[in-house]
Amino acid sequence: MSQNHFAHSISLLVANRPGALVRIALVFSRRGYNIDSLVVSPTLDPEFSRMNIVARGNPEILMQIIKQLEKLVDVVQAKDHTDMNVVEKELALIKVRCKPEQRTEVLQLCDHFKAITVDMTENSMIIQITGNTDKIDAMRSLCTKFEIVEYIRTGKVIMLRGEDRT
Amino acid sequence: MAQNKISGAQVVIECLKREGVDIIFGYPGGSAIPLFDALLDSTTIKMVLSRHEQGATHMADGYARQTGKVGVVLVTSGPGATNTFTGIYTAMMDSIPLVVLTAQTTTPNLGKDAFQECDTSGMTFAAVKHSFLVKSPDDLPQVMNEAFHIARSGRPGPVLIDLPKDVTAGICTKPFTDATNLPGYKIPTYAPTEAVEKAAALIKKSTKPLLLVGHGAMISGAARQVKELAEKLNAPVASTLLGLGVFPASHELSLGMLGMHGTVYANKAVLDCDLIMSIGSRWDDRITGKLDVFCKDAVKLHIDIDPAEDGKVLQPDVFMCGDAKLVLEQLLPLVGKLDSNEWVKTCQTWKKRFPLTYPKQGGLRMQHVIHTLWELTKGKAIVTSDVGQHQMWVAQFFNVENPRQLHNSGGAGTMGFGFPSSIGASFGNTTGWPVCCFAGDGGFQMTMAEMATACIHKLPIKIFVMDNKFLGMVRQWQDLFYDKRYSAVNMEGNPDFVKFAEAYGALGLRIKRGADAERVIKKALEYNDGPVLIHCECEKEDNVFPMIPAGAPISSMITEPPKTQLEKPTGST
Repeated sequence: MSQNHFAHSISLLVANRPGALVRIALVFSRRGYNIDSLVVSPTLDPEFSRMNIVARGNPEILMQIIKQLEKLVDVVQAKDHTDMNVVEKELALIKVRCKPEQRTEVLQLCDHFKAITVDMTENSMIIQITGNTDKIDAMRSLCTKFEIVEYIRTGKVIMLRGEDRT
Repeated sequence: MAQNKISGAQVVIECLKREGVDIIFGYPGGSAIPLFDALLDSTTIKMVLSRHEQGATHMADGYARQTGKVGVVLVTSGPGATNTFTGIYTAMMDSIPLVVLTAQTTTPNLGKDAFQECDTSGMTFAAVKHSFLVKSPDDLPQVMNEAFHIARSGRPGPVLIDLPKDVTAGICTKPFTDATNLPGYKIPTYAPTEAVEKAAALIKKSTKPLLLVGHGAMISGAARQVKELAEKLNAPVASTLLGLGVFPASHELSLGMLGMHGTVYANKAVLDCDLIMSIGSRWDDRITGKLDVFCKDAVKLHIDIDPAEDGKVLQPDVFMCGDAKLVLEQLLPLVGKLDSNEWVKTCQTWKKRFPLTYPKQGGLRMQHVIHTLWELTKGKAIVTSDVGQHQMWVAQFFNVENPRQLHNSGGAGTMGFGFPSSIGASFGNTTGWPVCCFAGDGGFQMTMAEMATACIHKLPIKIFVMDNKFLGMVRQWQDLFYDKRYSAVNMEGNPDFVKFAEAYGALGLRIKRGADAERVIKKALEYNDGPVLIHCECEKEDNVFPMIPAGAPISSMITEPPKTQLEKPTGST
């Protein structure tokens, strides 16, 4: 599958049952599609979970995938929020190796990106950054100047702007 | 109804009764003993013991196809469960309502590789409509209720319930319930009015309309509405393999089956129509052939109860999501007779010019056996078929007039389906017509152990074993497209099927020559004390025509044996 395909943000409202996640993952995997990121979260109602999935692929096939997700007994709602008026955020932790004399530069970077440091040792720092995908990509790219020891992202969480529910 | 401290197994059996189940098909084992024990106390549920769990699942499937009711399977854990998978997948592909009860090791043992533990729900996720792993006896009343509801409603399908032994042996304190808690489960009924109106407007402009009838029309019980629409519009009707019977084959507007081995006239109609409306068919690749040229310039309308069918294979001009019968009832008042006399005449000319035929010379022809049975029964028989050449010939030469008269594993193409499904159909048969099964020598041998099941219950099934000592359909492909390089298709070593039948105490008959067919089949039809197996020793290298090579456009249909070697097909199987 081409990586050139645009990433789609899909949001699901799911009945909180064992096996629901597997059933959802299978709709992607039977077509050989990868899930870029997946967030599962409780909702206000303990009966349901919210899932946000980012996947790439042929838009027509993704549309089909969404219909097949919606058809699952455990899935209450499946929507593609790409190009919709939504707030999309993710959080990343970036552990960089940096000597004491490099700290100022790292902290300047953090300042610019409104990131914070959440751990510091003699030779390392963990940076916590939140924002949209592009912002985190940019931060990560600038951090490569230092040695990135490890890096993890939560995946995208999505919420519709305005009064309506996502 | 309240209940006092009864075991989980008793709840399961009681729930089956509440669902109106009077027959189940299965095979016991260690984890399933509490369930089978509870079954002993039931006087209303008949337990049919198969000889293999795959057989039990196909039996329940055949029963469901015959009756329209939910077929129920009960097996043990581990291998008992895995043996049902082919049957579950077969039912899933053809939208057959099943409830499959699989026993399981005890809940504390789950995930510990306990004896005969198998992650049954995990392994079947991709082949079920839905499944449940029950962790407490108290969950049983609602789970059972939900399982039947899901299996039979909307687009039907198999539902699996995994039942750990401590759940069935444990005590249930919850009352029976008719409640469900399925917030994500939607059942379409009527289609949106705008869609139906848009479709009606397009239909009105058509002068060369074609109705394509699929299994969805059968499941929804839309036979009357389909006939009314065809006659009202004056539109010819083509059927998918699983749609055969919804529209009477003898009707002058009927074009029979379309697709890969469909009639010339049905396929010509597909090529030439200006509008095609699928009523509960999913544009299977066996029908469309090369997709980008399929009905390229025709208006495409699609009625389907499954919203995920919209645009799955092709994008119709209008998709009407709903139950076929209800949507047709919405559509009927909006349309009238079309200016299609010329078109209908053209189709009827094709019917006369390109009838289905078969060579009369040479050895015994399967087509002849099938057609002779049709003549002798006047078409009044329930027929189940296995998969392969004989299946296509049954579709071509056993013309059916009624829904639920012809049963096929269509989507899955499961060899081994025909015989056990005929056992299920026989249990569900209330027509008074004989149940006949056509199976090839390959497919029959996959599930022929069920001969014992058929004999024990003295089911008067007419089993036609169409023996050409080849896996005929694969051989046909190798013949036509692979330079006649026959690879692993030779069935030499087949038993004498007459002796096989006799070994079980069944009647065995033999047909070797076309001239014997009528006499032997008559004898088989007169015998009703149990199953009769008719060993048909057929022409070994006959091919099914017409044929559209897989992935080829419909226009490249082959109507007779080609003189030259053909290109390898581009489509799947």
